[in-house]
Amino acid sequence: MSGKLKAFWRFVRRLSGDDAYEQYLMHYAQQHQADAGHECHPPLSKIDFFKQWQDAKWNGIKRCC
Amino acid sequence: MNKLLKNAIWILIAVLGASAVSGIALNRGENISALWFITAALCVYAVAYRFYAAWIAATILIVDDTRATPAERLDNGRDFVPTNKWIVFGHHFAAIAGPGPLVGPTLAAQFGFLPGTLWILFGAVLGGCVQDMTTLFISTRRDAKSLGQMASDELGPLGGTAALIGTFAIMIILIAVLGLVVVNAMKHSPWATFTVSATIPIAMIVGIYMRYFRPGQVLEASALGVILLLLAVAGGRFIDDHETLRIVFDHEGLILAWWVMAYGFAAAILPVWLLLAPRDYLSTYMKLGTITLLAVAIIMLQPDVKMPAVTQFIDGTGPIFGGKLFPFVFITIACGAISGFHALIASGTTPKLLSNERDIRMIGYGGMLLESFVAIMAMIAATVLDPGVFFAINSPAGVVGSEAIDAVAKISSWGYPVTVEQMQNLARKMGEATLFARTGGAPSLAVGMASIFGSAFGEGMLALWYHFAIMFEAIFILTTLDAGTRVGRFMLQDMLGNIWPKMGETSWTPSVILTSALVVSGWGYFLYIGVIDPNGGVNILWPLFGIANQMLAAIALCVATGILVKSGKLKYAWVTGLPLMWLVTITTTAAWQKIASDDIRIGFFAAANDLTDKLAADVLPPAKAAIAPQLIFNLHLDAWLTLFFVSLLWLIVFDMLRVCTRYLTGKPVLPLTESPHCPSRLVEDWVRD
Repeated sequence: MSGKLKAFWRFVRRLSGDDAYEQYLMHYAQQHQADAGHECHPPLSKIDFFKQWQDAKWNGIKRCC
Repeated sequence: MNKLLKNAIWILIAVLGASAVSGIALNRGENISALWFITAALCVYAVAYRFYAAWIAATILIVDDTRATPAERLDNGRDFVPTNKWIVFGHHFAAIAGPGPLVGPTLAAQFGFLPGTLWILFGAVLGGCVQDMTTLFISTRRDAKSLGQMASDELGPLGGTAALIGTFAIMIILIAVLGLVVVNAMKHSPWATFTVSATIPIAMIVGIYMRYFRPGQVLEASALGVILLLLAVAGGRFIDDHETLRIVFDHEGLILAWWVMAYGFAAAILPVWLLLAPRDYLSTYMKLGTITLLAVAIIMLQPDVKMPAVTQFIDGTGPIFGGKLFPFVFITIACGAISGFHALIASGTTPKLLSNERDIRMIGYGGMLLESFVAIMAMIAATVLDPGVFFAINSPAGVVGSEAIDAVAKISSWGYPVTVEQMQNLARKMGEATLFARTGGAPSLAVGMASIFGSAFGEGMLALWYHFAIMFEAIFILTTLDAGTRVGRFMLQDMLGNIWPKMGETSWTPSVILTSALVVSGWGYFLYIGVIDPNGGVNILWPLFGIANQMLAAIALCVATGILVKSGKLKYAWVTGLPLMWLVTITTTAAWQKIASDDIRIGFFAAANDLTDKLAADVLPPAKAAIAPQLIFNLHLDAWLTLFFVSLLWLIVFDMLRVCTRYLTGKPVLPLTESPHCPSRLVEDWVRD
């Protein structure tokens, strides 16, 4: 039961973008590992990431009639 | 054995669905339980999804789950992100489901419950879902390109330009008609006006909270916003009871229209994080929550549908909008059956998240099925009302007279008895001054939803439920209005940028202000005319919107059909070709009637000539004579606009046919732009979570 609730909560967080920063850090770590030789930028801070994420999300047709 | 059992279950579902559909279709005279509608819908959807959609995916599109999607190949952790299919489904559904499927069925209920219901069911499974799924597929195979880009790559520059112009035009008309729906819901209703206005500062509080106070804490901020919204609904009662405060929020339609325009302008130039993004969070939660609640309430309560299956208004004399059953039911219900706008989401936006082609059926076809189900629920909410009450709320004063006593006499004379006391009683229960002539669909849907919620969860709070329903509709209408104005602004900046590059810079303030003002004046003009029109404006604007939306759907189906033929699948081209032919038929017939009909309630030119004659003969009442020149000009404009839409439609159909003929006769055509096969490397269990 609690496992299902946890999965549902993960689903809600993912859908709403609540965990977007965690996802980004994970993606960053993966890329970093895969391509260790490339020039290193430290990951964005949470505030900076969220700003970029929000602006990108709202660029283009995102809502319908 | 197992297989036998499965087959038996599917046969059972098919039989149940067929009996429910024929039960609805053959019912005459008696009240029928809404459960029949739910059963019919669910069985039809299940069979269509299991067999038709699966067949299209496997045989025609040939989805390939070993092929890497653009989300995998171009993964950048931001816009291209391979995502769990349920999450993509959630995003896709939230993006496609707007106010359209709620308003359209409510208006089309004037023909009775049957025509609209059948079109919502079969239009969706044979047309709308197919369009969404094939568009999603072809865009996924083309690096998530937009519809316009694919049209110009596959058919030629004409297709691309037509898609671009079509999108821009539909945006303008859509925003105007949705603005009109909100204005009519707030007209002389301090409670509704207060609640809707309160959504703006609430969205800003949420925006500031998640940007600066607790950056990125999306759920926390949204929960705060939802609580504030519910308080605003309840607080409206206080405003309504307060003698001076209620005056602040009690306005004529025209003043509200100016406020809506000012709001649209502000929303287009303010940063997204302050208004647009937080408002969208709130409206998405409200939308998903309320739709679920409505489904639960309908299943719990099983209300009786009181509207007849078919009314006499199929002959074209309906009070809500003029025009016969064919073609106007198909134009009035666009979203919910087939909506061209979805093609813009299914190309460009959703493919960037899709982790596997196998999910295309569930997201493209399944997402549209759910939207169709929303439309069925709106149809139920509209038809559980007494028909007399339904027509009293939705008939404009220009048709039934502005005095209550005239209106009830006229509506009762149609065979739908209603009394002034009944309407006053209902208005009092809903916390409104009057419910006569509240056109646009939102108030009658809110009354229907309030009575369903009221019976299911307690009668005592009818007024609260009514204003909750109004707030729920208004909040995502305003979201569409914000987002649409902004998109219109970007498109205009892009177009003007071709002439003067400086205008194309999306952050150059003079360009931002100029293009936003142009877009707002575009839809603001139609909204203004809609508000001053004594026939309610919806009569004119909604069919125009329907024609524009179906035209966009036809463009999407043309691109899909052209690609099928060019891929050597001529014998399957009917899958998109038949819905396309049907759309071309209804759109052209409707457009022809709107232009050429002699009936002044249908034909734009006929209405303009009638008004010109009456103005010349000096027989109009002074109030109407004053606005007549504007109305006449607008009727001409609407006629030319309709002609423009239908010409654009034929142009792209011929362009598609030209490409197909050239291909079939072995002449050179633009090559298919499908990106090359690249094997997927995503590990199964990682993708599936």
